[in-house]
Amino acid sequence: MTDYQFNKRILLDKIFKYLLILMATIILIPLFLILYFLFSKGIQALNWNFFYKMPAAMGDLGGGIANAIVGTIILILTASIIAIPIGILVGIFLAEYKDLKLSYWVKISCEILQGTPSIVIGIVAWSWIVKPMGIFSAFSGGIALALMMLPIIIRSVEETIKLIPLNLKEASLSLGVPYYKTILKVILPTGLSSIISGILLSISRIAGETAPLIFTASGNPFMSTNLFRPIESMPLLIFRYASSPFPNLHNIAWGASFSLVMFILILNLISKGVSKKWKIKY
Amino acid sequence: MFNDKLFKYSLFFFSILMLLILAIIFFTLLDGSMLAIKNNGFSFLYSSIWNPVMDEYGALPFLSGTLITSFLSLIICIPFALVVAILLGEYYKKGIFSTALNTAIELLAGIPSIIYGFWGLFFFVPIMRQIQMRVNVPPFGVGIITASIILTIMIIPYAASIAREIINMVPSDLKEAAYSLGATRLEIVKNIILPHSFSGIFAGILLALGRALGETMAVTMVIGNANIIPKSFFSPGNTMASLIANEFAEAAQNIHLSSLVQIGLLLFLVTAIINIIGQKVLQKFKY
Repeated sequence: MTDYQFNKRILLDKIFKYLLILMATIILIPLFLILYFLFSKGIQALNWNFFYKMPAAMGDLGGGIANAIVGTIILILTASIIAIPIGILVGIFLAEYKDLKLSYWVKISCEILQGTPSIVIGIVAWSWIVKPMGIFSAFSGGIALALMMLPIIIRSVEETIKLIPLNLKEASLSLGVPYYKTILKVILPTGLSSIISGILLSISRIAGETAPLIFTASGNPFMSTNLFRPIESMPLLIFRYASSPFPNLHNIAWGASFSLVMFILILNLISKGVSKKWKIKY
Repeated sequence: MFNDKLFKYSLFFFSILMLLILAIIFFTLLDGSMLAIKNNGFSFLYSSIWNPVMDEYGALPFLSGTLITSFLSLIICIPFALVVAILLGEYYKKGIFSTALNTAIELLAGIPSIIYGFWGLFFFVPIMRQIQMRVNVPPFGVGIITASIILTIMIIPYAASIAREIINMVPSDLKEAAYSLGATRLEIVKNIILPHSFSGIFAGILLALGRALGETMAVTMVIGNANIIPKSFFSPGNTMASLIANEFAEAAQNIHLSSLVQIGLLLFLVTAIINIIGQKVLQKFKY
């Protein structure tokens, strides 16, 4: 091998490396732009009124998004109450009976459900609840969000329980503890931190979902806490205000976007912190 | 013991429920679209006229809009996703650079699609308008290419994280053997990592395609919502998902609703098949 060829190879290697880094930086540009927009336009819109006032009447300046915040919280709570217990039980099943043919199919159905477009989930929740009841409702929105949370929770519970060593379970069973108590009082608490972090992650995924809510929760300019009436939510409010022609509404939408992204980021951070601080150790 | 049995039965019950949910979703969509299937027949798939007022429902504009935006964004996404995966999986496994890039990718993945749409509408669309004026095409700003670029930004994190996992799984003795023979990093990436992880990366890209096909809000806000077959990359169009988002809540006639559900059914089937194939390939990879 001549010196020239050798140098050429090393040169190509160097060029390749810097090309990779260059392209990676290009990806970061949109991220910085989005964050810049959110911060510069979002923070201006924020003040105390923003969080606890109701939306102003059409044409009036100012106003807040209190109803959207309450609505989002109600939707997330409804979805969580439905999805968390089912998700944990199915996750336990997948980890405990991993050799059954049934768990194979359950796993595949979870994966399909996770890949299903959110707008299709919206149609489904609409057909199940809105169509028979004849009115848009917070409950149907909660169902739609629960369907989207389920696969994420199931997977995190399954993976957590699979990591817990078998001898823990054997020790508990050999002491005569019944099976259900072993699972609920020994196995689940051991993996609690990862399960909680999985649940927080799933909430952060659905908090910004808009598509399944358009024709389920539907939006509501007034404060509502009734599960069987239409309800406002932050993503829906952003969608409507952003598509409107009024700069005042755009401002409010920026503020709402900023708060929503901050909420999701904080959830993500807590989720990471929880799983790091109380890591499963043996 | 009674409690034990109850617990086990409830485990089985809810797992079977999960299976049933998927079946019920399918039959709900099928049931909802029955009217449209009977009424529209096969012209649904090839007719290009969507006119609810005249009861004409052809989905070709949306099929083409969805396919064009998804594949365009996939093509732009592939090199970037590969770059991120190679950097994180081979060059910088630890350290500040890796943490920074990782955090950035996670942030991108965490931003809701509605905010991509909002940002796209107020920042990216005006820029596209400027560009379109320069190249002398009608300056819509919104359109196929705008939607595709926004979609690309959204699916890069997803494709990259799968590809990175696959690249991490390349056995290190293969790489070490090549290093000991004097190979450079570029040669290792080219001759060992990429061939070894080809099928896995392919599966990751397939799953990203599934995401792109069903993405709704961001696309709705920047594609222009014109129910026509796009004639160029710059022209406005519409996708299946954004059509549903726009018209479902306002659809008055049963047949219109049913046609929209039929589009939803089509979307569901396509993404389900893509997901099954993608997951199968990934599973083989993980033994």
